Order: sequence, then C-alpha cells, then structure tokens
Amino acid sequence: MDVFWQLTTTGLANGMIYALVAIGFVIIYKASDVINFAQGPLLLAGAYLGYTFLSLELHPALALALTLVSCALIGVFIALVVIRPLIGEPVISMIMATVALSSLLHAIVQGVWGARPRSFPLSTEFTHLVAVVSVTFLLVGWFFRRSREGLAMRAVADDQQAAMSVGVSLPRTLAIAWALASATAGLAGALLASMVGVSQDVAVVGLRVFPVVILGGLDSMVGAMIGGAVIGLLEAYTGGYVGSGLQRVVPFVVLLAILMVRPYGLFGKKRMERV
Amino acid sequence: MRSGVFYTTYAADMALARSPLARARLVLFASCVLVLPFVVSSYWLSLANQIAIATVGAIGLNILVGYTGQISLGQGAFMAVGAYASGLATIAWGLSFWISIPLASLFTAAVGVFFGLPSLRLKGLYLAIATLAAQQIVEWIVTHWTALTGGTEALVVPAPTLFGARINTDFGFYWVAVGAASATALFTANLFRSRTGRAFLAIRDQDVAASATGVNVFRYKLTAFAVSSFFVGMAGALIAHYRTIVTWERFTLEVSILYLAMIIIGGLGSIVGSFLGAAVMTLLPALIATFGRSLQTSNPRVAELLPAAQEAVFGLVVLLVLIFEPKGLGKLWSNVKIYFRLWPFSY
Repeated sequence: MDVFWQLTTTGLANGMIYALVAIGFVIIYKASDVINFAQGPLLLAGAYLGYTFLSLELHPALALALTLVSCALIGVFIALVVIRPLIGEPVISMIMATVALSSLLHAIVQGVWGARPRSFPLSTEFTHLVAVVSVTFLLVGWFFRRSREGLAMRAVADDQQAAMSVGVSLPRTLAIAWALASATAGLAGALLASMVGVSQDVAVVGLRVFPVVILGGLDSMVGAMIGGAVIGLLEAYTGGYVGSGLQRVVPFVVLLAILMVRPYGLFGKKRMERV
Repeated sequence: MRSGVFYTTYAADMALARSPLARARLVLFASCVLVLPFVVSSYWLSLANQIAIATVGAIGLNILVGYTGQISLGQGAFMAVGAYASGLATIAWGLSFWISIPLASLFTAAVGVFFGLPSLRLKGLYLAIATLAAQQIVEWIVTHWTALTGGTEALVVPAPTLFGARINTDFGFYWVAVGAASATALFTANLFRSRTGRAFLAIRDQDVAASATGVNVFRYKLTAFAVSSFFVGMAGALIAHYRTIVTWERFTLEVSILYLAMIIIGGLGSIVGSFLGAAVMTLLPALIATFGRSLQTSNPRVAELLPAAQEAVFGLVVLLVLIFEPKGLGKLWSNVKIYFRLWPFSY
C-alpha cells in the first residue's frame, strides 16, 4: 500500500506539472490554432531564469515575478516577430516555425548558461504545487471566460477575419496569448526544476505533454487539468508496477488510440474535421 | 522573339526535360556529378555521400508531405526501420547488400502503411501528432528490444560488396549513393506524370474535391505512405551500410525535424528542392564546424559553443525561409530561370 501511495503522489505531482504545461498549449491553440512545439525550450528558459534570479539572492516571490515577466516578454517577441508574418500560412509552415523556434531558443539557452546541470536553490512541496497549479488554472479560466482580452482571443481562434472586422487587433491578441502561455511555461519550468534540478531534461517534458493535451482536448482547460493528472498517474503506475522504461511509451500508445477513437479528446469541442 | 515556353503537343508538355535548355542543364549537372569524385578530397566526398543519401530521404518525405499533403514527424522512425531491417538481414541471413536494401525498403513501406492508417481519419495538425507518436513508439521499440536490435548498443553492419570486392571507401560508395539518388529522382519525376501521382496532388490540393472526382482517397493516401516510406527506408538502409554501424541516436525526432526542414527550405513538392534542401542542411553544419575549428586556436570557448551555434543557425535558417520565401529554394531557382528566359528583354 505504501508503494501505491508513493506512486500516486509522484504521479499526481508530475501530472500537475503536465497540466500546467498543457494549459500553455491550450492558450496558444485557443488563440491562434497553432500547436506550440517550442514549449520545451520555454520551460528550460523558465528553469534557468528562475535559477539565475534566485542565485542573485532576491526574495523568492520577487525572483518568481521576474522569471514570469521575462518569459512573458520572450512570448511577446515570438508572437510579433515570428508568428505574425505567418498568419494564414498552411499548418506545416506553422509547425515548422515553432519547431525552428524551439531549436533557436534551445541554442540560446545553451549558449548563455552552458549544458552543465545545476541544482535549483529552492525545493517545492506537493501542496505548493497543487496550490500554484490551481490558482493558475482559475486565473486563466477566468481570463478566457470573463475578460475582454480573453473573449477577443476566443473570437480570433474561431474566425480570424470576422474577429478583425469587428475591431479585434490580431497582433495584440497574439502577443497577449503568447505572453500568457510563455509565462505559464516558465512557471512550469521553474517548478519542475525545483523538483528535478536545472538540466536539459526539463525541456523533454515539452514533448511528453502531447498525450495530455490530446486526451483532454486541445481547446479545453478542464481537459488539460484532468488529462495531466491521468497521464501523470498512468506513467507512475506503469513505471512502478509493469516495468520501468515502459512509462515513456505507454502515453503515446494511449495518444494514438484516442486519436483514432475520439480525436477532439475528452473535453474538446467537436470541431475537428474528419477525412 | 519568344516570350515564353509554349508546348504544341501533349508529349512535349509531359516530357521530363521540357526545353533544350533544361536538357542542357541536366547534362551539365550529370557531368559535374560524374567528375566530382575524381577532383575533390575525401572529406568533401564524404559530404557528397551524405548529401546523396539525404536526397533519397528528402525526396521520400517530400512525396508524402510536399506532394500528398500528409504531414509526417515519423521520418526518423522509418529510417530506423530501414536501417535495422537491412542491417539485420545482412547479419542474420547473410544476404547481399543488393538484396537486403530493396527488402528493407519494402519492409519499411509496410510499416509506413501501418502508421499511415491514422491518416485515413486525421489530417493536418492531428496527423502530425499521430506520426509523432509513431516516432516515439518505434524509437522505444528499437532501444528496448535488445535481443533483436542490440538496444542502445551499436549494431555492426558489413560494408556492401560487388563481385567479391568490398565497397568500403567514400569513392566506392559514392557511386552507390548517387545511383540510388538518381533512381529515386527519376522514379519520382515519373510518378507525378502518372495517374497515381496526379491523384496524390489532387488529395493535397483538396481532398473532398479529389474524392468527388473519383479518386479513392483512402487507397491513394496509403499508397503515398507506402511509396514515401519505401524511399525513406532506403535512405536509412544506405546510411547503415555507409557507416557500417547502426545506432538509435541517428534516428531520433531531431532527424525527423531535420528532414522536414530540408524539404521546407528546398521547397515542398519539388525534386530539385529536395536536393537543394538536403545539400544546404548537410553543408551548413559542416561549414560551421570548419569555421569553428579555425577560430578555436584563438579562443578555446568556441568548441563549447559549437553545438549551440549549429542549432541556432538551423532554427534561424528555417525561420527566415518560412518568413521570406515560404516556397523555398526551389522557388528561387525557378525565379532565376524565369528571369533569364526573357533576358535581356524582361519587363
């Protein structure tokens, strides 16, 4: 029973991180119909920035705020320089743009901080994790449902031209979405680094989150939370009970199965086009 | 005074080289390829081999992504299947390289059809994620099925032989790789003059319209996956026998992305573009490495920064092409041709 509880807490802790990263995906998908393959390096940037600000012996809250703000600025830069000229291009261009961005960001992080792993000066308890993720979830959820900018974002995702014709500024909306998503990713990166240390491994999570977003639905916040928890637990249990190493592949098998049966995920809108 | 190239017969319109100038360019390029190995050093020859193999893989991926419009992030996985299949066939069954390569390509085509099945229900973004899952699953199988593939250990593969002579030099392998690349290019050029190829194009441009005009979308999508994976598997098998060693690190997601970058930079749906992309993406890291080594004597920190610099340039090049010339280098090349067609009286 001890093993079971241990696996459950580990699974849920990882799941919370996954959920946070998945929320970043959902924000960008909701606002611009783009899947962000550059999420991994954004996590890495958050981890290294958090590490750097904490090493300056700033107050943890101030360090966290600075990390979030710098990540948000990176996001604004990405939206205005890279994403904006590509609006209306085919899916493959968008995918490759975020992939290329991912290489570029990763290279910059590596060039600035080097490849040597560091230990993060703070450690997080499980309760902190749950609190941070829940607050983020509520804030982002409120933002999309109630705030003017959030509504504009949903309008843009629904139909870019219609949104522009009623006076929504596309660049502004994109910039806000990417700022929000990057800040979320930075937060997730810093949290993850406080659990496993600052190293290249942080970036790998950006890829492992795909099963989460597909399970929950690409445009659902609730889906991101529940998908994160489910995939986190699934990984922990398969790793603990079935065989270690297997936890890396089982989520992707689940992902394929979901894509075949219910491509819009558990909570996503049934908008996707069938062939 | 000609104001353009016009065709008066269907045969002329369908020809591979559609004007005397095109024929002359082809002959010039072919003679350069034939003379190259006799004049360059072995370092450049090994780069030429890599470009030729990458061209096979890039054309294979372009058949699927550029011509049929099905996005695949599973290139690395399919190359791994080809490499391991050919390597194991030569080791376990003692088959000759000349038989194992087509066998491995056929096997990869079968695997490609299997992982192409999701494409029957999914498109665009969702298909890309499905092939990403295929990549992860194949990578995991290769590294964990130790009894078959040797897991994370390297698999040692014999070099090809021809009439008892081992082809283990860059010079010898050059002819194999260039032969494979030319055959692939010729096959693909012909494929898109045929009914099957036109069906692929129709599916890419508008799948509903294609199916309304009588194209069996399911069948042709799976055919596209099979043909594409055939060449991708061939590229993997060629790499295995060229390096005479197979390790899983050569077939990760980064490789899938590298090949996608090749066809984006070169141009989607273009054979010349596939070659140009393969050449740029092979030469660029090599040039940066050479440049870095020349700086290293003055500044030792350069060596540490080299991998990051290569990655940064890769990302930057892809982004710049996407933003400024989304149709790729192939488009630039045809712009040049169009400009000189009417030169000096262009208006």
